[in-house]
Amino acid sequence: MAILLKPDTKVLIQGITGSFGGRHTQLSLEYGTQVVAGVTPGKAGQTFEDTVPIFDGVAEAARETGATASAIFVPPPFAADAILEAVDAGLELVVAITEGIPVRDMIEVKAAITGSATRLIGPNCPGVVTPGTDEDSHGGCRIGIAPGYIHKAGDIGVVSRSGTLTYEAVWQLTCNDLGQSTCVGIGGDPVPGSTHLDIIKLFNDDPDTRGIIMIGEIGGSAEEEAAEWIKANCNKPVAGFIAGTTAPPGRRMGHAGAIISGGKGTAEAKIAAMEAAGISVAETPSQMAEALMKIL
Amino acid sequence: MNLHEYQAKQLLARHGVEVPGGQPCTTANEARAIAEKLFAEGQEMVVLKIQIHSGGRGKGVFKDGFKGGVHLCKSSEDVHKKAKAMLGNTIVTKQTGEAGRQVHTLLVASGEKIVDEFYLAVLLDRETSQPLIMASREGGVDIEEVAETNPDAIVKLQVDPLLGLQPYQARNLAKALGLGGKLIHSGAKLIAGVYRTWWECDATMVEINPLCIIESPNGTQKIAAVDAKISIDGNALHRHKDIAEMRDLNEEAELEVEASKFDLNYIKLDGNVACLVNGAGLAMATMDAIKHYGGEPANFLDVGGSASTEQVTAAFQIVLKDPNVKAILVNIFGGIMNCNTIAEGVVAAAQATQLKLPLVVRLEGNNVVAGRKTLADSGLTLIGADSMAEAAQKVVAEAAA
Repeated sequence: MAILLKPDTKVLIQGITGSFGGRHTQLSLEYGTQVVAGVTPGKAGQTFEDTVPIFDGVAEAARETGATASAIFVPPPFAADAILEAVDAGLELVVAITEGIPVRDMIEVKAAITGSATRLIGPNCPGVVTPGTDEDSHGGCRIGIAPGYIHKAGDIGVVSRSGTLTYEAVWQLTCNDLGQSTCVGIGGDPVPGSTHLDIIKLFNDDPDTRGIIMIGEIGGSAEEEAAEWIKANCNKPVAGFIAGTTAPPGRRMGHAGAIISGGKGTAEAKIAAMEAAGISVAETPSQMAEALMKIL
Repeated sequence: MNLHEYQAKQLLARHGVEVPGGQPCTTANEARAIAEKLFAEGQEMVVLKIQIHSGGRGKGVFKDGFKGGVHLCKSSEDVHKKAKAMLGNTIVTKQTGEAGRQVHTLLVASGEKIVDEFYLAVLLDRETSQPLIMASREGGVDIEEVAETNPDAIVKLQVDPLLGLQPYQARNLAKALGLGGKLIHSGAKLIAGVYRTWWECDATMVEINPLCIIESPNGTQKIAAVDAKISIDGNALHRHKDIAEMRDLNEEAELEVEASKFDLNYIKLDGNVACLVNGAGLAMATMDAIKHYGGEPANFLDVGGSASTEQVTAAFQIVLKDPNVKAILVNIFGGIMNCNTIAEGVVAAAQATQLKLPLVVRLEGNNVVAGRKTLADSGLTLIGADSMAEAAQKVVAEAAA
């Protein structure tokens, strides 16, 4: 059953006519994802690759096509507006891929959408994949930029702040014949739409998820909060990894949110909290699947 | 993006925050002229402060033995003498590292009579995704130290970002700092101005330490930002052209500036194992793996999700400029990218830079077999690895050899 996305979820793409958005829309279509609409203001009536109709706005695109989820590839200065438009249109899931949205914009977005029925994933994230059962996991639902073929349908949930580190974990699982229920990249920004904890709660309630891999990195305290909840409430085995043990304090390590500031957000503190919660923490990034297999 | 103290004070003043009068300068003669003007206005003391992006300026020591980057002067001749000693000189503080930082700019400001000191900062509270104002009755000292030794001295105030800071909240905060009478109003006005600076300038951090009650020669007291530190969200600079111009490349490591021209995220570290990785998380994890197997990473380098040939070549050129580097690890998870394209890029870059150092390459992902073949057939003496762990072990061994 998976979380957030089912193989038949209908998806629309905001920013479908940009080169980045277009390329990944094409890859999602090839993966078998139901991409039913694109949105680019001013380009209504056109089609993407002769198959996907383009609309001026999200509300009409959703109304005409039945899309319930959106992927946002809109450039950073306009991305907050795109998110708010998707939320206002009542979509169930909005996945913001865009990297580089100003923090202030996201503070406003997060405050504005509190209490709405929409779940926001990202920004600055690789997206969400629920693998399909065909060859190379095709036939699944892919929103975002993750490579589809590394996945395999199964019952392990993956949640991570990093893109390529997620692929690394997914690939390790697939190579060990462990498929995934859903893989969620929550993104590397300091103001994320969803946190590790939000996603872990969904995995915990999902009957088709048997175990969880949680990948974190320096900055903030989201991993500690998730660990605390897992200790008290999670009834599934959780393995994890934290990147940034060697990161110098006060420097932003690529991701806007990956920074140790005022002595807070260190890898040591996160690993300690996770171990105290009974999470199997991988010593190196090569051992993420192994760390989970030990406790399955 | 970090700002200098004088730039921070310009932004604060624009938002109605009281700051001591003064001006930046780059020569000793200018410093004397600014000081003469301040003395003529009736100031008894003038303070001379080096402008570098580092804390601990006052206690820093210059490489020629001259002590201190902050000086109180009673005459413009003294200002001239000390400015001359500091400009162009290199200072080492607890935050600069041994290499120290060369001083290009000084701030010459009125040396106010300080009656009391506080701490005030605005930052993002990542737990709630809301602005947080932190204030402390103990100013002029390290806030992290106060948090440990006297946490009760710190007052925190959460601000609803859609409503903004309300006047009553600012007044309550001023009162919590122990301000009374008329100072409640000037304190609240200052707090509101500092919050507006944070919000309107897209700052990630505004820190006033110390925030002071100052007394003029005629005995009137007011509250002012005597020192200030501001960091700006680099992703928001497109709407702040004036602030973007405040960037001081002298304060950034040369190689990091060079890397940013190619959209590479590079941070120089002290080790001897260079790494080139795609993706920030994987890049950090690669550094960690190097350390785990007994090595020391020379850098953090994210070549981006797509890792084009141009970027990989630029990345090689940048890490090779670090004389400490003894071995290089390339770790690419080619998800969408064709691994063969990446392999061709690595080969081209290694050839273009006439690479002599040991190179360990770990490729994984799309079309990896062809990619590995390209590397093997390249004639380069590079070392292949199948996993990150194996790659890290091999590169650490090479660096130690």
